[in-house]
Amino acid sequence: MVLRTESICKSFGSLEVARDISIELPQGARYALIGPNGAGKTTFINLITGQLRPNSGRILLDGQDITATGTAERVRRGLTRTFQINTLFPDLTPLESVTLVVCEREKKAGQFWRSLASHREAIEESHAILSQLGLAEVAMKPTRQLAYGQQRLVEIALALATRPKVLLLDEPAAGVPKDESAMLFEVVASLPRDIAVLFIEHDMEIVFSFASQVIVLVAGGVLLQATPDEVKEDPRVREVYLGRGHG
Amino acid sequence: MIGNIVIVLFDGLAFGMLLFVLSVGLTVTLGLMNFINLAHGAFGMLGGYVTVLLMRQYGWPFLLTLPMAFLAAALVSVVLERVFFRRLYRAGELNQVLFTIGLVFVAAAGATYFFGTGQQPIVLPSWLRGSVEVAGIRFGSYRIFLIVVSLIITALLFFTLERTRFGAKIRAAVDNQRVAQALGLNVERIFAITFALGSGLAGLGGALAIEIVGLDPSFGLHFLVYVLIVVSVGGLGSIPGSFLGAALLGIGDVAGKYLVPELGSFLIYLLLVAILLIRPTGLLGKR
Amino acid sequence: MLQSQVSTPAMQPVAWIRRRNRWTIFEVLFWLATLLPFCFFPAYLNLASQIAITALFALSVDLVLGYAGIVTLGHAMFFGLGAFTVGILSSRYGWGEPISGLFLAALVAGLAGFASSFLIVRVQHLALIMVTLGLGLLTFELGNALSWLTGGTDGLTGISTWNIFGYFRFDLWGYTAYSYSLIVLFLCFLLCRVIVNSSFGLALRGIRENVKRMPAIGSDYRWHLRVVYTISAAIAGVAGALLTQTTNTVTLEVLSFQRSADVVVMLILGGTGRLYGAIVGAVIFLIARDQLAGINPQYWFLWIGLLLMFVVMFMPKGILGGLARLVRREE
Repeated sequence: MVLRTESICKSFGSLEVARDISIELPQGARYALIGPNGAGKTTFINLITGQLRPNSGRILLDGQDITATGTAERVRRGLTRTFQINTLFPDLTPLESVTLVVCEREKKAGQFWRSLASHREAIEESHAILSQLGLAEVAMKPTRQLAYGQQRLVEIALALATRPKVLLLDEPAAGVPKDESAMLFEVVASLPRDIAVLFIEHDMEIVFSFASQVIVLVAGGVLLQATPDEVKEDPRVREVYLGRGHG
Repeated sequence: MIGNIVIVLFDGLAFGMLLFVLSVGLTVTLGLMNFINLAHGAFGMLGGYVTVLLMRQYGWPFLLTLPMAFLAAALVSVVLERVFFRRLYRAGELNQVLFTIGLVFVAAAGATYFFGTGQQPIVLPSWLRGSVEVAGIRFGSYRIFLIVVSLIITALLFFTLERTRFGAKIRAAVDNQRVAQALGLNVERIFAITFALGSGLAGLGGALAIEIVGLDPSFGLHFLVYVLIVVSVGGLGSIPGSFLGAALLGIGDVAGKYLVPELGSFLIYLLLVAILLIRPTGLLGKR
Repeated sequence: MLQSQVSTPAMQPVAWIRRRNRWTIFEVLFWLATLLPFCFFPAYLNLASQIAITALFALSVDLVLGYAGIVTLGHAMFFGLGAFTVGILSSRYGWGEPISGLFLAALVAGLAGFASSFLIVRVQHLALIMVTLGLGLLTFELGNALSWLTGGTDGLTGISTWNIFGYFRFDLWGYTAYSYSLIVLFLCFLLCRVIVNSSFGLALRGIRENVKRMPAIGSDYRWHLRVVYTISAAIAGVAGALLTQTTNTVTLEVLSFQRSADVVVMLILGGTGRLYGAIVGAVIFLIARDQLAGINPQYWFLWIGLLLMFVVMFMPKGILGGLARLVRREE
């Protein structure tokens, strides 16, 4: 198990946003996290990455307890996420953005006496990642000038550059128009086999194409975890999404 | 000895109440619109000069000039909001800071042109001058007036926010603007009205301040620092917060200058930095 | 133009980055132009050296404001610390050697910067502005209170700066003063240029662009902020020291809010995040002030206020930003 959460609980006052969530992610996993709006999916991701501290429970990465570790340290240990809403560097080019991530990873970002151009390997690695995602042609334009779908891909590029063991994708296809989502599908399909991936998605096409297991989150708690087909047939899931009396 | 402490507390409280009236508008608009309006102090200055003008040129009684000071500042703020501020809501903190500081400079220059650089004294009605003696301690009548007026304003604010529908709309918009908009609240109108009310209160505060701290073209910039301290210490968007912050600052300033005059405002600034480090969102701030 | 006709960029990524950081002809011309006052405005050399000193101060603020995105209204704190370090060294301890004075000023201001940086990284937005403002005001009040050390409102007397390297005397016309200030400005500029063109500079821009993303890429951004704040404070201290050394006076004004606010205005004028914007902004601001205050000192505020409002509304990227946009539009 590369990632494990044990009974994660979180409430804001009387509002319970996470109830006793325990999941396990094996290496190479392709798990989907689904649930109605407000179920607490993004909150759960925030809890795993350390943006939020749980009230109780533990989070273990590769067997090590990271419940008290900061977000940046978790990334350094291999736990990375992408954001549902693009959280990019608008004025930097994708090349610069990804190079920054690589430099931070190699702990070379603080070397203010070395010119950026001297970090050849970082720049080339960054270019390679962007090329794999089909962004080579726009890699040197400011990120804000890219199409929305391309920006979503930069979001993933930033995450991949950290060389994660566990990758949490928060609705990677959110807001991407249909004609741009093909590239996105390809990218998700070709993610390195050894990375454990947990992705939040509303787009059922992606869920059924890529997920080997689906976790259904409702009102902060895990309703069930099963294969996509089992989840599709489960009456409780139907009820949650469609309401009672909708057969 | 006790008498001195009481007087210091009393004077400090009066000064604090004045600061509250000056600042409450800014904390609401900051919490509501996230717009750093450093020209807020200039609205205070405007209110002060309106009072001076009405009293000296037109012989109006002091009390009657107060609502006019409120109205004048509110009206000018509406115009400024429509013409300028609206375009800066997304412009970033630095731009908002610099634009509104530029506005203060222009206002100060305007005041210098029309009124000169000197202090503007006014003559209060006789019942506000002098003092009242209680238990052997003399309390200034004007300061009592100030405290009473501020408490009335606080009560009105509290009532409006907590008991009226409009108040509920303001609270909703401060709490979560996007959801409020989604629920159908005309957020733009709420902004405009709240901004006008807040600036009007600043104008009123400026008029009330003449007797305590004087009025000259540098008022806008000078009191800006005090107002900012009240708002940051109290917490953006929190009226009880700015009440608390104003009281603390008022008493702290008066007490500090009384006990350790050589240090001047040093203790105030130290308190500001210390509080912000422990609670960056202010004593009663959200988030 | 040429680039847009090529569909795939033929340029290698490393070369592209290197090209962005290369010295352009404009930069070379700019620095050559700084030598003009020697030939064409010899009567204004003292003013020129003041401009160079203020430009250096503005440069230090650009590092934190333009590159790291920290809005500071209290940077005069470090400028003043540097100025007073040299002033006290000379007036109290009789030490007037200029180069060592600069290093000591940088050290004192840098230490203060390092200490404050721990406070700075804990706050954001308005609270950050207020903390910088508060710290600046605090230092001013402290300077006022410690009048036995700082000379209070009258300032320090008895300051004399020795000859540079024991040879170059500070002459009345300002030849030495301007050469000295210009060389220090240039050297510090080189340092700033190296910093902003490094991976560290990239990290700073990342912080400015989206601080929320920084921990998510594994960045210890608070440490980066502490480093840049310290370096910026040290450079500001050097600028302050230069002021004392070239004028042989120092008063509390060096710690004033006015100075902190002026330098931010210069940056918005010239354009933040460009290094040259700081210098251009300082030149324009000081020359404008010199001219306008001469015409009518009372309404100096009016013009600066209007200028600020105009620049923010119509040229938020400052003069250099506006120029850059013009150049890009022609391509």
